[in-house]
Amino acid sequence: MQDEPTLTELIKAVADFLRSEITPAIKGHNAFKLRVGINALDLVTRQLALAESSDAAEVARLKQLLGSDGSLTELNRALSEKIASGEVDLHTAGLREHLWQTTMDKLAVDQPNYASYKRELGNK
Amino acid sequence: MIEVDLGRCVASFLPGATGVTGAARLSGGASQETWTFDIAHPGGNIGAILRRAPPGYGAAPGRAAGLDAEAVLMQLAHDAGLPSPKVMHVLKPEDGLGRGFIMARIAGETIARKILRDEEFAIARPILARQLGRVIAGIHGLPRAKLPQLRSMTATREIEDLEREYRSFNWPRPVFELALRWLRDHDPGPSSEVTLVHGDFRHGNLIIGPDGVRAVLDWELAHFGDPMEDLGWICVNSWRFGEIDKPVGGFGTREDLFAGYDEAGRKADPDRVMFWEVMGTLRWGVMCCGMMQRFRTGPDHSMERAMIGRRSSETEIDLLRLLAPRGT
Repeated sequence: MQDEPTLTELIKAVADFLRSEITPAIKGHNAFKLRVGINALDLVTRQLALAESSDAAEVARLKQLLGSDGSLTELNRALSEKIASGEVDLHTAGLREHLWQTTMDKLAVDQPNYASYKRELGNK
Repeated sequence: MIEVDLGRCVASFLPGATGVTGAARLSGGASQETWTFDIAHPGGNIGAILRRAPPGYGAAPGRAAGLDAEAVLMQLAHDAGLPSPKVMHVLKPEDGLGRGFIMARIAGETIARKILRDEEFAIARPILARQLGRVIAGIHGLPRAKLPQLRSMTATREIEDLEREYRSFNWPRPVFELALRWLRDHDPGPSSEVTLVHGDFRHGNLIIGPDGVRAVLDWELAHFGDPMEDLGWICVNSWRFGEIDKPVGGFGTREDLFAGYDEAGRKADPDRVMFWEVMGTLRWGVMCCGMMQRFRTGPDHSMERAMIGRRSSETEIDLLRLLAPRGT
């Protein structure tokens, strides 16, 4: 077992330092790059917080949808092949809901401020 | 020092030019550069832009039209009265500046967030969609006989290209599969009319002033194909920058875009435009994945490239909104 602080605590501390102490001191193209870097650290903390449970739910849905077992990647590969071949489509029970839930979970980590995502959160 | 080479170059084509000042690099990757500079002239300084592949970077990759073709297209657009900068000089080997061209610098804004939010553009925003419809129609009407050699694309080939690129990433994406399947099932077939297509007509490649559009830039992806492709591409949600209820660039309606297009003597086909909007949404998603691949394997190991990989999910939600809207 690894010791504390947690990864999330470490990354947050670094991101907060960059945001409050370094950002005011940097100008020009490097200020843009710094912002991208801070966004990346924030994304990592979101994924650490959210992905374990969303991945588990995704695996459960995929097993139900496909009636087979496997890792998350294997199951996604299998679903991709079935959609490509036409064996599974939007008339297949559960597909639409599965794709929406999976995509919403990705956006919650990747780009929670994306306007389409915020609109769909409200539409739930 | 680029100013010395540029100074010698401008003196060769512009009588009276005495040199170059204020040269600064604007953007671009390793293979293509954009520079802004002023030509010193007794009649007053002249703002100019150099677009070039530096010496040693000649070959145009895959889809690119090539800088020589871009120069011809910009000059043709300029001559036809379209908003396009005058091409002042096409580089020659003896200029020692690589391949490319020098054009007049046009004042205005290309950054979408400023165009969509700043007071300065408040009058332009409601008229832009119609104006751009007319400009796109003008581009599609440029005389075929004068156009340079360009690749030809059809919807079917574009789907194949996107699928091949997506499969090369070897990373399963059920939403992209759904979109590819939809595109194959809804491929409208060859366009009854094949025209010049700009290929990248969107924010970033348009100079906008308080009075509206001033210049169309970056003809790198120009090709022959279905003219509805350009109308679909500018409606892709990725170019709305948060203003998702205004499909044309976050500032206008499809109806205004089509009205401008029709005013200029052409006919928009809304169904084909919608097909190309889906294609464009997937294309941007695949491009995001491609940039991530280049971060991982190529020389451009930057945070920006890496983080663009985490924008491909934006196109997945937009594809679902288009193809599998909730509550239906």
